[in-house]
Amino acid sequence: MTTTIENPNYAYPARSAGRRGPNLEKAGWIFMRASGVVLVVLIFGHLAYNLLWTPGGIHAVDFGFVGGKLAQPFWQWWDVLMLWLAILHGSNGMRTIVNDYVHKPTIRAVALWAIGIAAAILIILGTLITFTFNPCPEGADPSLLPSFCAEL
Amino acid sequence: MAATQVTGTPGEETAAQAAQTEGGTAPAEVDSAQEGHDRPLEAGEAVEEPQSFPVTVIVRRYDPEVDDEPRWVDYDVQMFATERILDALHRIKWEQDPSLAFRRSCAHGVCGSDAMRINGKNRLACKALVKDFDTSKPIYVEAIKGLPLEKDLIVNMEPFFDSFREIQPFLQASSKPEKERHQTIAQRERFDDTTKCILCAACTTSCPVFWTDGQYFGPAAIVNAHRFIFDSRDEASQVRLDILNDREGVWRCRTTFNCTDACPRGIQVTKAIAEVKQAMMTGVKL
Repeated sequence: MTTTIENPNYAYPARSAGRRGPNLEKAGWIFMRASGVVLVVLIFGHLAYNLLWTPGGIHAVDFGFVGGKLAQPFWQWWDVLMLWLAILHGSNGMRTIVNDYVHKPTIRAVALWAIGIAAAILIILGTLITFTFNPCPEGADPSLLPSFCAEL
Repeated sequence: MAATQVTGTPGEETAAQAAQTEGGTAPAEVDSAQEGHDRPLEAGEAVEEPQSFPVTVIVRRYDPEVDDEPRWVDYDVQMFATERILDALHRIKWEQDPSLAFRRSCAHGVCGSDAMRINGKNRLACKALVKDFDTSKPIYVEAIKGLPLEKDLIVNMEPFFDSFREIQPFLQASSKPEKERHQTIAQRERFDDTTKCILCAACTTSCPVFWTDGQYFGPAAIVNAHRFIFDSRDEASQVRLDILNDREGVWRCRTTFNCTDACPRGIQVTKAIAEVKQAMMTGVKL
């Protein structure tokens, strides 16, 4: 004889049943792995270009060098991509640590909001500066500026 | 050939010595082992009798009716190297302090009742041999962490079993087979590792994420979900994946491998969790 139990698991509804909003944990987990791989390329590319490829190494990095780099769309996009991925990757990591270790709901909420606001400010300011940077400010000593400023 | 072989086995010497005739003679020639089973043997080297030695066991005791906080209590017990920590606890309970409370059932590493934290590592007391410990130092025994402590080495396992129940740990199939549900050897092999779980909670209570967040499903629940997710006969894999694709589900795993280290059955727990994560991204590959 067989018996059919209609709803064998009725007493244990899934934890997520009563929860609102989208569940981004999976997306976050995948983002951390994907952005990590891309960041390795971006950061080591950045270091290699600035310190090894450019003659003079660390001593050659000055206002003129950075201004010259940020005048080229290639390096603008490279830097902006690096900025976004690094800040999001880092702050998502911080969020994870807070979720793991902070238990008081108020402190947790404050910490998570602080991380979110800091990340937003850094991303907005960084993006704004990268695309609106003026490498040839008026009245500056020409010896400190990128070489192409003389042609303007 | 068999007759010469018998002389060397040390285990038989005491019996052989008793039957030996006075003076010790060389064994008489015999045609077969059966014929020579009771013939006198030469005396071999004496085997040293195993000696017991004192071991200090420090148990974290807690009586909710008396204590506010758990306290460490020292016990000195005489142990043999071949005995287990469970034997030490028995000796304490039976000979020194009958109020010591701990769970054990089969005492042979199958029922999963006596998981405890011994010298800072989760193990089954019935599988932890005294000879594997440095007995010049005390052995610390305490209840597993992360679950509500009830008394001495006993914790409330309900939160643990709630997580287990939630992942629906039973076969779900819509069709009725005529005789039985067939499965190839390879299909069975796919989830073989996770069938070994005895629900002792050693893995879940060794997980740092579970220590700080009791809501996390924990390795044991994920292992038991894995056992059905990758079972070709089961049809509710997606239901279980949806349950574990939760804020408190598999994504909380930090791959610290504490669970794999703690598992007394040698289950590759962290690998099983990784496979469940993979199944959530790319589907179940049986």
